[in-house]
Amino acid sequence: MMLKLSKDKIGELFQKLASSRTLYLPIDNNGQVNFGQWTPDAVVRLDQLKTVKSAKDFFFPQTENIVAFKRQGKDISIIENRDQNEPFVVFGVRGCDARSLDILDKVFLCDPVDSFYKARRENGVIVSMACAEPEETCFCGVFGIDAAEPQGDVTIRIIGDNLYWDGKTEKGKALGESVKDLLVQATGQDLEIIKKQDERSREILSMLPLGDLSLDGFEESALLEKFNSPLWKELSQACVGCGTCTYVCPTCQCYDIQDFDTGHGIQRFRCWDSCMYSDFTLMAHGNSRKSQMERFRQRFMHKLIYYPANNDGVYSCVGCGRCVAKCPISMNIAKVIRALGVSVSV
Amino acid sequence: MRRIRDMMRSRAGELLREGTVNRVLGWKNGEFYYDPNPAVFETEESLDGLVYNGFSAAMLSKYLIDATKKEGRILVFLKPCDTYSFNHLLREHKVNRENTYVIGVGCDGMLDIEKLRTLGVKGIKSLDENGDDLVAHTLYGDKTLARRDILLEKCLSCKGSEHKVYDELAVVDDPWQWDTLDRFAKVGELEGMTPDERFAFWRGELSRCIRCNACRNACPVCSCLKCVFDNPRSGVQAKSNADSFEENMFHIIRAFHVAGRCTDCGECSRVCPQNIPLHLLNRKFIKDINAFYGEYQAGADVEGKSPLTEYKTGDVEPSVVYERGGA
Ligand code: SF4
Ligand code: SF4
Ligand code: SF4
Ligand code: SF4
Ligand code: SF4
Repeated sequence: MMLKLSKDKIGELFQKLASSRTLYLPIDNNGQVNFGQWTPDAVVRLDQLKTVKSAKDFFFPQTENIVAFKRQGKDISIIENRDQNEPFVVFGVRGCDARSLDILDKVFLCDPVDSFYKARRENGVIVSMACAEPEETCFCGVFGIDAAEPQGDVTIRIIGDNLYWDGKTEKGKALGESVKDLLVQATGQDLEIIKKQDERSREILSMLPLGDLSLDGFEESALLEKFNSPLWKELSQACVGCGTCTYVCPTCQCYDIQDFDTGHGIQRFRCWDSCMYSDFTLMAHGNSRKSQMERFRQRFMHKLIYYPANNDGVYSCVGCGRCVAKCPISMNIAKVIRALGVSVSV
Repeated sequence: MRRIRDMMRSRAGELLREGTVNRVLGWKNGEFYYDPNPAVFETEESLDGLVYNGFSAAMLSKYLIDATKKEGRILVFLKPCDTYSFNHLLREHKVNRENTYVIGVGCDGMLDIEKLRTLGVKGIKSLDENGDDLVAHTLYGDKTLARRDILLEKCLSCKGSEHKVYDELAVVDDPWQWDTLDRFAKVGELEGMTPDERFAFWRGELSRCIRCNACRNACPVCSCLKCVFDNPRSGVQAKSNADSFEENMFHIIRAFHVAGRCTDCGECSRVCPQNIPLHLLNRKFIKDINAFYGEYQAGADVEGKSPLTEYKTGDVEPSVVYERGGA
């Protein structure tokens, strides 16, 4: 059932949502927009298409404590200090980020289940938001995402003076219940408006310059051909080996677990890792990928070949275009797909 | 800049053909007008992909650390400001001058795609640079922007059009010109704040840091073979912030490490995905060095002493901190 709310009541909606759980949404911090906790004086920026970091943080945070140890004499005590039980809503998640959670689910919810991630997935409600004005860096359509009607527990559209609220899952409907005083039912006329808007959005989405990227040839059977391609050298030569592309990516999923000596105990934590870094998968014998070419190749082979080979052909890129916009030297997955897409004859 | 690009293509072609150079380091066209990436060209035919436009900001000097270790000679294109970083790398014996052929390229100021986005430009299909303006053809219509409004931060206080080192030049005699701003103005503003205000300013800015290390990796003078933060035995993680203290310390330590060496090339601020004004930290150091030891511009010369590697009896004592009212 489609519900609606007048846009000038949006502050009340946030207030209400935030009264029963933590509400995260795109917030402006001196010009940069990232998901952050809502407060009455936060500068909410739902108009921002892409936050710098994705919505991934709320399910798989950049750093999180796992457990702590304390030693007294001969005793070692274990202190549970995980903090993944807060109920929360992430509001204004775009279609690309909403889909990225499916990709993370396949990694973290398969056996052995990652209990931290699972708890956050259970406690979190996703309110996704339709895109009416995509950017040229967007290519979600290449991965079969319909940005005009993204997945999520609730999907909202902002059209004219109204916010349309479409509760989709059980969780989403329950969230709608909790704010039902503010929502009214959409009329037949509203549904027409929505339909028109969706059509318009889809038309623009179909014109995106990266929309013609072709994934033909990125399949398991081409693994060795792609792996051995001479093009990697050329593609990777300017890469400075920073972690920007991996840290802004909604689907990058690698992490590291380390012990931190706090001086009076040990804090075990996990943090995002980046295959672009020299200490990625560092072992006693050294790093298995010694050159930046090998590290660079890993990132794209993982997204376009290894992951789909293990997950029924699903690619682990959602075409959000963040790496396209943020790489310091403008190298990115779109250029890689372009270069390697057509089968290189051997 | 199109004229310069044509000169670059033809000279690079000639130099490759006659065997003066074996490779060419330049910028290669991308998917959009604004995303050329640094690339090495090895054949004359491949030079068709060589571009030079308002978005060729990525500095090529640092790539020469590795590139000049290889056999043969490499041609590199350096904008005026890039020559400072190249010189500084020469001073520290990080690059091999013999293996390098420098063509100094004229510059009309580099543009900032983020500024275009902030001004509401999106869905870019193509861009046209003409004189004072840039026209963006987008999915949502055309938009004209004044070049002045979308210049990169570092170009707002350009060091000038002179190349500090080159073998030959590719310049035009009527470049686009603009008024530059005092690069220390904002530093002065920060100095005028109370310590608490200043602390709050930096905590706010640095709170956005995601520790991607792009600032460090793009920096021409962050050229240690292995950064201290990448040492697994250092007890700190290069890839995550344990707490806000560590996140702030990383930047302060890095600023100390590049003090007296930072050429103020602006790459750190340009590459930061969170738009953190890192140049302000470095400019504070530069301003103080100038005040304490006399004007010094890293990379202006290859020879000669630099303030922090030289000792003079008249050098300031640490107590200057108190004299200036700090604590
Ligand atoms: S990639 Fe698609 S879903 Fe993501 S912001 Fe762009 S248009 Fe929206
Ligand atoms: S591809 Fe770009 S963002 Fe990614 S590590 Fe290399 S330089 Fe950094
Ligand atoms: S690889 Fe790039 S485009 Fe794909 S999901 Fe990651 S950041 Fe987005
Ligand atoms: S610190 Fe920043 S401005 Fe200074 S040399 Fe390094 S990248 Fe350039
Ligand atoms: S580039 Fe920016 S976000 Fe990345 S480590 Fe440097 S300051 Fe932090």
